[in-house]
Amino acid sequence: MTEAKKTPLLDELEKGPWPSFVTEMKRAAAANLSAQDLLGQLELSYEDKKAHWKHGGLVGVMGYGGGVIGRYSDVPEQFPNVEHFHTVRINQPSGWYYNTKALRQVCDVWEKYGSGLTNLHGSTGDLVLLGTKTEHIQTIFNEVSNFEEHPMDLGGSGSNLRTPSCCAGPARCEFAMIDTLDLCHDLTNEFQDYLHRPMWPYKSKIKISGCPNDCVASIARSDFSIQGTWRDDIKIDQEAVKAYVADGLDIEGLVVSKCPTKCMSFDGNELTIDNANCTRCMHCINKMCKALRPGDDRGATILVGGKAPILQGAMMGWVIVPFMKLESGSGYEELKEFLEACWEWWDENGKTRERIGELILRLGMRNFLRGIGREPIPQMVVAPRANPFFFWWPEEVIQD
Amino acid sequence: MAQARTDIGPPLYKEMLPPVILENYGKWRYHEIVKPGVLVHVSESGAKLYTVRAGSPRLISIFFIRDICDLADKYCDGYLRFTSRHNVEFLLSDESKVDPLIEDLKAMGVPVGGTGNSITNIVHTQGWVHCHTPATDASGIVKAVMDELFEYFTSMKLPAKMRIALACCLNMCGAVHCSDIAILGIHRTVPKIDHENLHKLCEIPTLTASCPTAAIRPNPKLKSVDIKAERCMYCGNCYTMCPSVQIIDAKNDAVSIWVGGKISNSRIGPRFSRLAIPFIPNNPPRWPEVVESVKKLVELWAANAQPGERMSEWIERISWEKFFELSGLEFTDKHIDDFTLAQTTFRSTTQFKW
Repeated sequence: MTEAKKTPLLDELEKGPWPSFVTEMKRAAAANLSAQDLLGQLELSYEDKKAHWKHGGLVGVMGYGGGVIGRYSDVPEQFPNVEHFHTVRINQPSGWYYNTKALRQVCDVWEKYGSGLTNLHGSTGDLVLLGTKTEHIQTIFNEVSNFEEHPMDLGGSGSNLRTPSCCAGPARCEFAMIDTLDLCHDLTNEFQDYLHRPMWPYKSKIKISGCPNDCVASIARSDFSIQGTWRDDIKIDQEAVKAYVADGLDIEGLVVSKCPTKCMSFDGNELTIDNANCTRCMHCINKMCKALRPGDDRGATILVGGKAPILQGAMMGWVIVPFMKLESGSGYEELKEFLEACWEWWDENGKTRERIGELILRLGMRNFLRGIGREPIPQMVVAPRANPFFFWWPEEVIQD
Repeated sequence: MAQARTDIGPPLYKEMLPPVILENYGKWRYHEIVKPGVLVHVSESGAKLYTVRAGSPRLISIFFIRDICDLADKYCDGYLRFTSRHNVEFLLSDESKVDPLIEDLKAMGVPVGGTGNSITNIVHTQGWVHCHTPATDASGIVKAVMDELFEYFTSMKLPAKMRIALACCLNMCGAVHCSDIAILGIHRTVPKIDHENLHKLCEIPTLTASCPTAAIRPNPKLKSVDIKAERCMYCGNCYTMCPSVQIIDAKNDAVSIWVGGKISNSRIGPRFSRLAIPFIPNNPPRWPEVVESVKKLVELWAANAQPGERMSEWIERISWEKFFELSGLEFTDKHIDDFTLAQTTFRSTTQFKW
């Protein structure tokens, strides 16, 4: 190995109590030339206050149109070992649960063919392998997809279905009202073709949270936000309520008075909930999970249109399906039909790089609802229009 | 070597779950936070699952992964998971192993915390490490901010939870726009056009269509485009489409700070983060002005919020005008929206506070 370049600026980021990514880069650099050059190039970025990567670059594996992000240094003469430094996205298991064998075998492949640096995990949810040369990409895919146990596939990139992700789910959380892990796995497998072969106007994301706490930020970070919810009454264990009070919980101050619809009351002895006026925000259940549980008529609310600011500004998903039953292991046919209908409408009408939320705004919600065959209902809006300009369908007026 | 097997999908999650989870899947009754960084989930059957949550820099080497795998083998029968905010979670069925695991993590320099009313790990993007459009770095700012806020990761003394996120440009692959505090890299100047090469590298109709403010017009004479400077809002989407409209400007690229966003539906519904500080210069390696600004915002909220109030709930209770007064932050024309959400933010009532 050549001697590593000095990195006085980055060395400052090895100080302090939080674990240091620079230390991690140096660990990788001790055994790997490309990690060493990455460190050197990053030091240069810290001097110049800008990135040193060229614009884009198309690389990939046989049969797929995504899963690998091309990256080339703009200073390859200084840092030849990061001249190519491509990212490989590996589709994570539902809920980011792993056994150590599964993780170690990825590390072994990455030690042979990559920089030894990773992100656990990328923003979309993939296990990200950071930095390899063009000639190794296919080999990496060959090896990970042929693991004897826990074989792995690539995730999504480009104008395709991005790798779906989900919360910890019923494996570790009492709030999960749908089987997020099963649903995420099922949808990912069902839509493999959309995930690997870009054919849409732009990216499309699915994120699944087991309850309205939305631990995977699905409402902000996905075109299709699927959040577990329920329709019947919150189950109350009055003895457990009393135990909370005996333990000193300020039930009036921290629970009842925080209820957004003021549908709860506590008379010092009994907690009552006016369920017809509950909007299922989860607050009381979060605070008193030993005493309160969601009802048994469970399913999901589906919100469509969430995304980051590019292009027409940041958006959060809008309620399109207030409630859909999603029984674990059921095959989820109704949901799949819904998704296919949305994608078909978007694919037919969307412009290049137009997300579905932007298309809904451009063509109007009424066109979207008609396009996917859903009836408008008040739960979709916060308030009806105040604007007196509005459209009629031809069949709704008397034609000459 | 064998050919790749395509379309096999992700590994099956069921193979990744420890026996205590397989036996109690969907049967968890309730959970408690035992102490900062340690959760216990109790099943209908009485079985208990302990979770130890540890911080990670997200950008990690295979050696770090092997270290945490060693710990998972030693204490957790070989099972662990990661959270949506880059934390590592060790899953234990034996309570007596919780403290020895924490000791081993401490010896490795890995903090335990991020539960309850804490500041957990910062969701972030690639920055200068691996992105081609960033206006700032990601990992460096996150490291510097987490060093400063470290005590809030390892304790639970805040009024409520706080979620901080960082995106190094408006593409926001970290989707920070609904965070209690968002740190966002911004460009501030009109892209520089390379007229000579543009027609070789870029499709002009796609390029003009990529602009959200219709600032880009074709220039047939030069086989290139012109940008109406007064319309450009520096989003950088054109650069994503075309390398010949260079948005990166090291002298002007900077950091902005946004506050009061929220994802969960608990109490008030989800909220967008809103602009607090439009400009802080890039000052590597440790961005002291960003660190100081974030810390001040955290501590202002902590000192003034009622128990249980997230940043958004506190600000909505006291009003934005009071937030600017209390924070001492300058209110500028940058704070008044002039894009798609503008009309939703202007005030149409005589009710306001002095």
